[in-house]
Amino acid sequence: MSLESILSILEQNWPSYLKGAYITLLIAIFSTIIGALIGLFIGVMHTIPLREKSFKSFLLKIVNFILSVYVEIFRGTPMIVQAMVVFYGIAAYGFVMDRFVAAVLVVSLNTGAYMAEYVRGGIVSIEKGQYEAAEAIGMSHFQTMIHVILPQVIRNILPATGNQLIMNIKDSAVLSVISVTELFFVTQTIASINYKTAETYLIACVMYLIMTFTASQLLRLFEKKLDGPKDYNFQPEKSA
Amino acid sequence: MEKVIDIRHLNKSFGNHEVLRDVNFSVAKGEVVCLIGSSGSGKSTLLRCINLLETPTGGEIIYNGENILDKNHDIRKHRTHLGMVFQSFNLFNNHNVLKNCVVGQQKVLKRSKQEAESNALKYLEIVGMDKYVSAKPSQLSGGQKQRVAIARALAMDPDVMLFDEPTSALDPEMVGEVLKVMRRLAEEGNTMLIVTHEMEFAKEVADRIVFMDKGVIVEEGPPSQVLVNPQHDRTKEFLKRTLK
Ligand SMILES: Nc1ncnc2c1ncn2[C@@H]1O[C@H](COP(=O)(O)OP(=O)(O)OP(=O)(O)O)[C@@H](O)[C@H]1O
Ligand SMILES: [Mg+2]
Repeated sequence: MSLESILSILEQNWPSYLKGAYITLLIAIFSTIIGALIGLFIGVMHTIPLREKSFKSFLLKIVNFILSVYVEIFRGTPMIVQAMVVFYGIAAYGFVMDRFVAAVLVVSLNTGAYMAEYVRGGIVSIEKGQYEAAEAIGMSHFQTMIHVILPQVIRNILPATGNQLIMNIKDSAVLSVISVTELFFVTQTIASINYKTAETYLIACVMYLIMTFTASQLLRLFEKKLDGPKDYNFQPEKSA
Repeated sequence: MEKVIDIRHLNKSFGNHEVLRDVNFSVAKGEVVCLIGSSGSGKSTLLRCINLLETPTGGEIIYNGENILDKNHDIRKHRTHLGMVFQSFNLFNNHNVLKNCVVGQQKVLKRSKQEAESNALKYLEIVGMDKYVSAKPSQLSGGQKQRVAIARALAMDPDVMLFDEPTSALDPEMVGEVLKVMRRLAEEGNTMLIVTHEMEFAKEVADRIVFMDKGVIVEEGPPSQVLVNPQHDRTKEFLKRTLK
């Protein structure tokens, strides 16, 4: 392994590497956003207060059962297997899905299953007083969620969402099994041509690291921004 | 006098624990009623039944002539008529001071942003917190939080204000600023129902004192009677313990 050969691999393949990294990022970002939305939806559904014995609460129980089954399945099986089942399973019905779409679907469903638990935990951990204060001024459960509870939950699960993004950047490598042209697949292809396996993968390694490191730094900045300024503006006396 | 709240034979149990037993009492328009009694006697539960944060297990609550326990009664609308102040403030952590006082007006009463903000500022000024409009709850002291919570309740323009031990969670040096605001509200003729352990304050502002023990109302009357010359042994004992 020499610097020279690394540079020459880069020189010949940099457009492929960049394209692979781009696809990896797209999959990770889309899936994290969609997965977070799935998680929010499930978390909210799971915490709707049930009124005894109404048809609505019966329906809700059924929906929540189905959602729980989904969560268990996706948390309890490897993503690489899910990718195969989803892509080839759907293909078996004569419908060939775009590989990129299939990839986003699998990673999103995976992320959603994990995020659902974070969101549910986040909702449950908000103190009772927040709900009561909102109810006491006449807000509905839905209004309470939108204007009081979820903003706090979202802030609290932001670090977990950031972690999930970083995991997705790395774990999307397994999608090479359905031939999505993300960074790992591209690297495999390059290595199979030049036989310089170590050098070729080392480049990919550095690229993954750059992506995950940048993502975590950007997220930290974003969190700080959300928290607003440390100081508030004391309103001066109005001069009449 | 015109009764705003009229409670008849109210019962409330948690499981097989009877917390309120055959409670009868009323609040008239413009009246300031202080509810006293030892810990666990059911004061909070009574207050929370009035705005249906707890569902009574029996009896009637007549609000301006309507039974709010009626199945078809609009609970959310009912709650907008009552301003609730909690012991633990419960300001919305995700909103600044102004937004805390605006969000209910906008989302529940459907007021315009401008109307809601000017109304909020009016009450924030009354409680002396108008200079803190952009502060987050986490940046305020306990006394300041409670004053904002009072403004938030007032901004909904309720008919009755309910206070559940508004100063019990405060450091002693902050109790005064909150009581001062409440004194002013009482003087301005607001209808108020206050659960409190501040006997001096109660003596001063209350038109009527209600003493509760073990889920029943033992004695009620003007402060000069209940606090100075109580008739029941249980009241005497309670006062001896708290005033000593
Ligand atoms: N959600 C609940 N579930 C079960 N029991 C409850 C609940 N809320 C209150 N209780 C019980 O009801 C009784 C009355 O409680 P409540 O809070 O009304 O008393 P209180 O007079 O306000 O007391 P304090 O002065 O300590 O606030 C207590 O014995 C309490 O344990
Ligand atoms: Mg209490």
